[in-house]
Amino acid sequence: MTELYALLPALVLGLGGMVLLTGGVLAKKSETTPAVTFGAVVLLAVAAVVNLLAPDTLIWNGLFKTSLFTRFADTLVYLGAIAALILSVDYNKREGIARFEYPILVLFAVIGMIAMISAADMLTLYLGFELQSLALYICAALARDNLRSTEAGLKYFVLGALASGLLVYGISLVYGFAGTTNFAALGEVFRSGTAGVGTIAGVVFVLVGIAFKISAAPFHMWAPDVYEGAPTSVTALFATAPKAAAMALFLSVMAGPFGHLTGQWSALIQILAVLSMVIGALAAIGQSNIKRLLAYSSISHMGYALMGLATGTVDGIQASLVYIAIYVVMSFGVFGCVVAMRRNGQSVEKISDLAGLASEHPGFAFAMAVFMWSMAGIPPLAGFFAKLYVFATAFNAGLDTLTIIGIVASVVSAFYYLRVIKVMYFDKGQPNFERVSAGAGFVMAVGAFATIVFVILPGPLMAVAGEAAKALMG
Amino acid sequence: MLVPLSHYLVVSAMLLVIGIFGIFMNRKNIIVIMMSIELILLAANLNFVAFSGALHDMVGQVFTMFVLTVAAAESAIGLAILVIYFRNRGSIEVEDVTLMKG
Repeated sequence: MTELYALLPALVLGLGGMVLLTGGVLAKKSETTPAVTFGAVVLLAVAAVVNLLAPDTLIWNGLFKTSLFTRFADTLVYLGAIAALILSVDYNKREGIARFEYPILVLFAVIGMIAMISAADMLTLYLGFELQSLALYICAALARDNLRSTEAGLKYFVLGALASGLLVYGISLVYGFAGTTNFAALGEVFRSGTAGVGTIAGVVFVLVGIAFKISAAPFHMWAPDVYEGAPTSVTALFATAPKAAAMALFLSVMAGPFGHLTGQWSALIQILAVLSMVIGALAAIGQSNIKRLLAYSSISHMGYALMGLATGTVDGIQASLVYIAIYVVMSFGVFGCVVAMRRNGQSVEKISDLAGLASEHPGFAFAMAVFMWSMAGIPPLAGFFAKLYVFATAFNAGLDTLTIIGIVASVVSAFYYLRVIKVMYFDKGQPNFERVSAGAGFVMAVGAFATIVFVILPGPLMAVAGEAAKALMG
Repeated sequence: MLVPLSHYLVVSAMLLVIGIFGIFMNRKNIIVIMMSIELILLAANLNFVAFSGALHDMVGQVFTMFVLTVAAAESAIGLAILVIYFRNRGSIEVEDVTLMKG
């Protein structure tokens, strides 16, 4: 029975998704989309609650595990997916892409993410990774009559397929040279802390494959194009749930089966972190499109989150988890704002379109300002503490050069975040935005509230992340 | 005469390199990129099967079955995306996939 219980969230999503799919096909009307989306949100909420109550287990001959770590990461995935679906209802309708398949694809992608996070064997890891990717390729090309959306889908597909190819090649090398694909057995094989050239090559390929998915530089080139081209409601999904899932997978693979090889991979993670932070900070300066700007912003955020992992300690994993949690909240909030940027029945994406927003929509402008401040890492908002924990743990672990580069990159990136605030509050203009939809307003408000309130109540998130990190490493 | 493991590994490494070069050096046609992706997956499959034989362990062959299935799904989705892209753009040349840049 415990086996079934641990799988219950995925079963709820899978069976529910098939029921919704059947219903959508039989109804054959575009008006079913809001109902299907509502059903999908309910399923995700149910799965999120069931997930929180699930016991710690290792089931299916060591293929699938649940622990506090997986429950923590799964919760972030559910949050991101629910927020993205709420945003999609109104946006997709206005853009004429309200297809009932979209929420169902999101459900299947979430099942893939759960499998990735809960993987205790390379086979589960690979299948979850692919289920997630295949569903998301289709989502990126959702606006199938729009050239930019289809181009985004094509680019995402080619580079995503390359990433999974490299990942599975890496898995094959690890399997061959270590003799097993099971995480626990791999951990035993690497207990001495050394490994042969073949295994190390395999680990590097696996690392590159996952780095593609979290869009860490230098494997980030797909992210700006896909973020810009995909419909904004889909970009909101890309920036939250899959990022959290891939980052959790990165943590669980590196600290789990390869945990004893920290000395071998720590330098690689540091390089990824430095490149992501620097490229994310510098390349964003010249951007005029808000979605592209947020793509580079998410690349640099992944760099900061990787700093925690580079230490290879429980404290580092805890800092990374806190960072991702805060990043997910800020991201869905800021995409709530981007989704609401509409004028004359069209969505606008230029930063200059925000000019004069503060006098026209003060609440909207305030929420956007909160997210920009928080992402820039200005106290007392949540983003500041996220960065502070990461920098502190990296510094305590003796990675001082990395910490200094991180702080400098953070200061540089503050320039482009604050520029958005300047455009909204001090530039003259008439945005003439349409009324903000209830869904977007709700997501914005929840994100802004959580970002502000974190300073008063940081304890619970810190404590849970700490326990989750212990569950992963212990 | 038994073929040693190292020969399989060399062939699969060559397939991998050809696949990666096919994606990055190819300036002509997106179908070629799809074929390159298949080559990379086949390189991994060859590794799995060779290791499975050398280790006398079935896990590698099971893994290969899964990779083959996923590869089929992946090419189906890739070709579908390519078809809708062609409808909008009227071309599948790699040089034309440059609407967004910067």
